[in-house]
Amino acid sequence: MSQTQAFDIDREKGNFRYDVKYQYDAGTGLNEDTIDYISKAKSEEEWINAFRKRALKVFNKLPMPTHWASKDLENIIFEKIRYYLSQGQMPSRSWDDVPDEVKQTFERLGIPEQERKFLAGVEAQFDSEAAYSHMQESLEKDGVIFVGSSEGLKKYPEIFKKFFGKVIPTNDNKFSALNSAVFSGGSFIYVPPGVKVRQPLQAYFRINAESFGQFERTLIIADEGSEVTYMEGCTAPKFETSTLHSAVVELVALKGAKIQYITVQNWSNNVFNLVTKRAWAEEEAEVKWIDCNIGSRLTMKYPGVVLKGRKARGEVISIALANDGQHQDTGAKMVHQADETTSNIISKSISVGKGRSTYRGLVHMPDHLKGCKNNTECDALLINTNSRTDTYPAINVQGNGNSVQHEASVSKVSAEQIFYMMQRGLSEGAAMSLAVNGFVNDLVRQFPMEYSVELKRLIDMEMEGSVG
Amino acid sequence: MTTEAAVAQKASGVDTAASFKRHMSLSTSPEKWKKWKEGYWEKYLDLPLPRNRDEYWRFSKRIDFDLGSYQIPEAPSDEEIEEALCKSDLVGNCSAKFVFVDNHLVYREEIEEDLAKKGVVFLPLVEALEEQPELVEKYLFQESTDLGSDKFHALHNAYSEGGYLLYVPKNVEIESPFAAYHWQSTNGAALFPHVLIVGDRNSQFGVVDVHQSLREDSEGFSCAVGNVFAEDGAKISRKSIQNYNPQCISFQLDTNNVDRDTTVRAINVNLGSRRARFENEVRINGAGADVKLYSLTVAENNQEFDQRTLQIHNAPNSVSDLLYKNALMDTSRTIFSGLIKVAKDAQQTDAYQTNRNLLLNDTAQANSLPGLEIEANDVKCSHGATTGQLDREELFYFLQRGISKRVAQQLMVFGFFEEVIEQFDNDELEESLRGLIRAKFAKKQLDAITPKPEPSSHD
Repeated sequence: MSQTQAFDIDREKGNFRYDVKYQYDAGTGLNEDTIDYISKAKSEEEWINAFRKRALKVFNKLPMPTHWASKDLENIIFEKIRYYLSQGQMPSRSWDDVPDEVKQTFERLGIPEQERKFLAGVEAQFDSEAAYSHMQESLEKDGVIFVGSSEGLKKYPEIFKKFFGKVIPTNDNKFSALNSAVFSGGSFIYVPPGVKVRQPLQAYFRINAESFGQFERTLIIADEGSEVTYMEGCTAPKFETSTLHSAVVELVALKGAKIQYITVQNWSNNVFNLVTKRAWAEEEAEVKWIDCNIGSRLTMKYPGVVLKGRKARGEVISIALANDGQHQDTGAKMVHQADETTSNIISKSISVGKGRSTYRGLVHMPDHLKGCKNNTECDALLINTNSRTDTYPAINVQGNGNSVQHEASVSKVSAEQIFYMMQRGLSEGAAMSLAVNGFVNDLVRQFPMEYSVELKRLIDMEMEGSVG
Repeated sequence: MTTEAAVAQKASGVDTAASFKRHMSLSTSPEKWKKWKEGYWEKYLDLPLPRNRDEYWRFSKRIDFDLGSYQIPEAPSDEEIEEALCKSDLVGNCSAKFVFVDNHLVYREEIEEDLAKKGVVFLPLVEALEEQPELVEKYLFQESTDLGSDKFHALHNAYSEGGYLLYVPKNVEIESPFAAYHWQSTNGAALFPHVLIVGDRNSQFGVVDVHQSLREDSEGFSCAVGNVFAEDGAKISRKSIQNYNPQCISFQLDTNNVDRDTTVRAINVNLGSRRARFENEVRINGAGADVKLYSLTVAENNQEFDQRTLQIHNAPNSVSDLLYKNALMDTSRTIFSGLIKVAKDAQQTDAYQTNRNLLLNDTAQANSLPGLEIEANDVKCSHGATTGQLDREELFYFLQRGISKRVAQQLMVFGFFEEVIEQFDNDELEESLRGLIRAKFAKKQLDAITPKPEPSSHD
């Protein structure tokens, strides 16, 4: 198992993928040897290895959540997945040191040069490990830490160990357990008290190898009164076999801190994207998830905020677009644990062709709380006659002066709108695209500029040929 | 009760083979139905008790009652019958009336002769099995429940002989409603009222079912099943009131099968029982149907009301609209779980679902699970769920005009209910209901009010 296996790539498939010679390859299948291999490759401390092994036991014990979730989960064959692939351990600090194949990939994704100018820090993950990372010197001077997960645990254990696995415990669900067993890569960020990071920190995730599982682990700690925005983008080439992406993202916003976490997920539609994301918000802290799901075969992702301190605020803004062969099962969780906490969920989904989008939500307010508020709005747009949408919220309220409102609606693009635009010379496709972009416009505007432009373009692409 | 008596009672609990055997030996059902009942008894034994892990039992309390402590009750005494008859007066002017005490029919007011001549059938179930084999064959016990209580549904089918069949033939319109009173009396009685309502093409009529307890302190278990069939163009309104005493466990498992161009109303008022589960399923199989579902629940002390609904649109151009209102006091709990399912071909569907919860004490708990599953694209569907308290501003307005806080709160709560009560469309019944609801509020201290708006601290 700990031997590097023969690397078999069919060059005919997917032009956007490179034959990479991996220095480390844990092979297919998952058992304790795989974990030892990963730990050895990363030269990890004993406690991390023990943590991984405990998680593996939990993973093996927990059943698939198919009693409520999609049966498609049964198509994941855990024995056929490769859990660890890497070209080397330490990310390159300068763009020139990055291997050529990897560089080509990222250049096609458009991370280098031009964006480095705008973005405060960039980290790019290629399969299991970060391939490139860069951070502006001024931030380093302020004491901001932005490193890969392995490096974070090794170099700054006193900061990260305290919260690692605390927001999302190993046994939270089957996939968080899997991630805990084989996690690799992802970002560890620490923002010291009072530091306001003006420009967003950014990460790209890329799956290059077939039948690969990417398990990045991200932990962001914003100390008292600090502010940070983090953006991530994900892509993968199309393979014949399915690929698994199962991340765990933990955010900790201490007193008065603000964290904004932006995801634009555009995995190819053979990727199972099963992600656990959760945040802690302490007194007067604010956490905002902006989550956009366009790619993948099946996404199951419900970013959550545990509102632990008085007047904490949580927000989830979510856009999902499901095309043929896709199921976007997304939503949000708001767990109120302190007085006067407020939360807001706005979710918009678009189902095109045979696509299916699902909203699943949880709002929980126990009885000892006072003056909590939640607002939830879910709007779904159905484009074709065989598109499908579902909404499954769960709302649980007790307590003094707590109020919750939930509203959901389902609609289609009105024939009058399309007629009006076509009358003015737009093609039907362009009219449709415009209508769909209009539907999500108020949410897209909340994204940073580069991302909102990208998003509009992605929506245009997805809408191509959807009419008729 | 002595231990010995308790053991003896347990031995004859409805979940024992002895009890079922005894029931079958006393049953007068035709052989065919006996066989059928035995099938359901087997099914009951096979099915597991629901667990909270089951999606349809999410947020419900664990099953904390033992079916073994309930028995099929004996025939009621003359005093009980007399008392039940005196109290069966919620609907004054009705077309016909049945009174059941502990599953036994104790009083029947027959339909008028001209209705009988037109072919209207209103018969207790046991007689219907004998006299109307064709109707029974076509409609009776055709239904199942898809909302989680299959085990209790199977138990109901195995035992049920109380209840009635109402059949209204083509083009017959009847103004006054049919009324049925289902009383629970004996301590430990298990009730299985079965209601089968069939409206043939273009018929029009209404039904009122009232479930109540004769005694305030007798424990009981009731699993009622109501199946409504609306053929093309039928207009049916079914009102049902559940007001068992707070020692009872109640299940009400209803289905509505709705065809083309029908108008169906289902209005429920839920007041009684320690824990009451209500499942209501609507299947729209024909275009142009118009279905409205209303429910009003007043929960107090440690009551739990568990409501699960399903609106299935299998045909285009239909409307279904649901409004469930819950008012919660003390440490009571409510669960509303509703799902709208729109099939691929059901274009131009309008389906709505609204759940409003009013928390009147801080310790009450409201759970909402409103759901949508939409596979057609040309639809208008929405759901809304809100949970909140009495509005401070509105209360202030009352106080300012010299109305005491207590009276003001009651007025506001009754205002909240009125939207559902007025759907009963029968002044006498509405007044009776208001009386029942007011009684629940008589000694209550309502303390939950929306918090004071404070100067905004958020930017």
